[in-house]
Amino acid sequence: MANISIIVVKRILNAAALILAVVILNFLLIHIAPGDIVDTIAGEMGGISPELIAEIRADYGLDKPLYEQLGLYVLRILQGDLGHSFFYDTPVVTLIWDALPQTLLLVITALSLALVIGTIFGVIAARRPNGAFSHLITVLALVGFSAPVFWTGIMFLIAFASFFPLFPPAGMAAPDLQPGSLDYYLDVLHHMVLPVLTLALIYLAFYSRLSRASMLDVLGSDYVRTARAKGLSERVVVYKHALRNALIPIVTIAGLQFAQVLSGAVLVEAVFTWPGLGTLALEAILRRDGPTILGILFFSSVVVVIFNLLTDLTYNLIDPRIRLGSKE
Amino acid sequence: MPERLLEIEDLRVEFKTRDGIAKVIDNLNISLQTGETLGIVGESGCGKSMTALSIMGLVPIPPGRIAGGRILLDGEDLLQASEPRMREVRGNEISMIFQEPMTSLNPVYSIGDQIAETARLHEGLSRADAMARALEMLRAVGIPAAERRINEYPHQMSGGMRQRVMIAMALACKPRVLIADEPTTALDVTVQAQIFDLLNDLKEKTGTAIIMITHDMGAIAEMAQRVVVMYAGHIIEQADVGQILTDPRHPYTQGLIRCVPHLTQTPSVERPPLLEIPGVVPALSQLGSGCSFAPRCQYADAKCRAEMPPSTAIDSGHDVACWLTEREAAA
Repeated sequence: MANISIIVVKRILNAAALILAVVILNFLLIHIAPGDIVDTIAGEMGGISPELIAEIRADYGLDKPLYEQLGLYVLRILQGDLGHSFFYDTPVVTLIWDALPQTLLLVITALSLALVIGTIFGVIAARRPNGAFSHLITVLALVGFSAPVFWTGIMFLIAFASFFPLFPPAGMAAPDLQPGSLDYYLDVLHHMVLPVLTLALIYLAFYSRLSRASMLDVLGSDYVRTARAKGLSERVVVYKHALRNALIPIVTIAGLQFAQVLSGAVLVEAVFTWPGLGTLALEAILRRDGPTILGILFFSSVVVVIFNLLTDLTYNLIDPRIRLGSKE
Repeated sequence: MPERLLEIEDLRVEFKTRDGIAKVIDNLNISLQTGETLGIVGESGCGKSMTALSIMGLVPIPPGRIAGGRILLDGEDLLQASEPRMREVRGNEISMIFQEPMTSLNPVYSIGDQIAETARLHEGLSRADAMARALEMLRAVGIPAAERRINEYPHQMSGGMRQRVMIAMALACKPRVLIADEPTTALDVTVQAQIFDLLNDLKEKTGTAIIMITHDMGAIAEMAQRVVVMYAGHIIEQADVGQILTDPRHPYTQGLIRCVPHLTQTPSVERPPLLEIPGVVPALSQLGSGCSFAPRCQYADAKCRAEMPPSTAIDSGHDVACWLTEREAAA
C-alpha cells in the first residue's frame, strides 16, 4: 500500500511541475506575440502621449524586467489570483468563474447526447456489420469527424438560422427575459440546439465508430457464443450479454475525453456567440487582454492535467496489474 | 435395443472463402444412442467443431451454408426447425460446453446468474427457484462452498472451476445431449482427469448422451464408447473405442494413436519413438478428387490420389474409408 501512496505523490508532483511549465511557457508566449498591450489601452483611452504610456506601464508593472514580471505572476497564481483584466476591468478569476457554467452546460449536454446516440448507432451497425446502416454510419463518422466544427457550425447557421429561421443565430437567451423564469429556460434550450448539435456531431461520429468496433469485438467473443448456445434470443444476447461488456471501453474513453471536449467548445462558442469560456477567450485575444488570455490558458491546462491525473490514478485503482512506476 | 437419439445423415456444410467454396463437412453420417458417449477425433480444421455448431444450429450463415443432409433429434429434423424452436432446443435438449473456460463465461455477471438464466429461460422458473437450481448444479459439479461461490464472478475462479461452472450451466435443464467441444484442452492434466470423472459421473446419473470432441486419443480412451475419426470434413474411420485403440485401420487413425506419449513404469525402459504425422490438414477449398489424406500418407498410391475411397464395413460396427483395406482384402 505504501507503494501506492508513493505513486500518488509522484503523480501529483509530476502534474504540478507540468502546470508550472505551462504557466511559464504561456507567459513567454504572450510576450513574444507582436503588438503592445499598452498601445491598445492608451488607444482606447483616447490621447496617446509618452507620459500616459509610461504611466500605464508603471501602473500594471509592465516597466519591470521580464523575469520579475514572471516571478510576480507565478506568485500571484499560487495565491489564487489570475490577475486583473485590462479590458473588462474585473478579476480574471471572476470572469472565468462566470463563463464556466455556460460552457459546462454546452459540453455536458453535447457529450451525453453523443455518447447515448453514438452507442445506439454503433450497436445497430455492429449487428449487421456489412449492412447498409453500418456503411452509412462509417461514412457519417468520416464526414462528422473530418468536418471542422466551425464549418459545421456555420453551415447550421446558414441552414437553420438564416435560410429556415427555426433557431436563434447567436447568444444564450433573449435579453429581456428574467433568469429563473420558465420562459428563460425554454429560451436557453432553444438557443442551445444548434451549438449542441454542432459540438455533438463530432463526438457522435467518434462514439458510433468506437461502439461499433467495441460491439463487434464483444459479439465475436466466446461468452456471446455461450449465450447463444443457451438458447437465448438474439435480443437478449446483444443487449444483455454483449452490450454491458461493450460499454466498458466507451465509458473509459468518455471520461478521458471530457477535458478535450471542453477545448473543442471554444470554436463552437465563437461561432454561436455563446457566452462561455470560448467566447471569453476569443474576446480577450481580439482585445489583447493578456491577463485574461493567460488565465484561460492556465485554467484549461489545469483541467487537462487534473483529468489526466485522475485517469492515471483510477487505472491504478481499477487494475492492480497496472503498477505504474513499480520498477523504480 | 438402444434408442437412436440423434442421427446425422449425409450432412454437408460449405463455407464461402476467398479461394472458393470450402467443403467443411462432406457427407457426414453419425448416430448417437441414449446414454452413450461418442468421441469425435481429428486435428484442428477437420470439421469437428463445425459438426457441433451444425447440431446446435449455430453455423454462421453467411459465410457458411448447410448444403444438404438431415440432423434428426428423436426423428425431428433440426435443420428444418424454425429459429424459435431451435432456441427451445439449445441449452434445453442439446447443450454445449466449449474449449475455453477462461473466456466462455460472461465477465460481468455472477456465475449464479449465468446458470440460473438457462433454467429461467427454458423452465420458466422464478428467480429464487432458478438460483436454488443453480446452487444444486454447482454442488453437483463439485464446487466447494457453492453457496458462497454462487455470487462470485468468473475472474475469481480458476480454469477448472470455470469449466465446472460451464458444465453446471449446460446441464441445468437436464439436456438429452451434451456436446463437449475439447472441454479439457485448456486445463491442467490433473484437472482434466477430474473433469472426465465428473462428466462420466453425471452421465451415469442423468443419462445424458455425450458427444465428446477432442484431438486427444487419451481423452477418447477415458470417455468414449464409440469413436468417429474425422479428416478434412470426412469420417475416415468409425468403430467402438476398443477396436479403434487396439486395431486402428486407417493410416491417419494409426498416426493419431502413435502421437500420444506413453508413460512407462520405469524410466529406463526403452520408450517407443514418438511419431508425428507429417504435413498439415489441407485447405478445404483446394481438395482434389482423391483421398484427402493421400498427400500425407506413406501408403498412398496413384489410386489414392485419384479417387476418394468409400466407407466400407470391415467388421461389425467398424467402418473405414481407405483403399488399403481393399488392397489387403485382394492380397
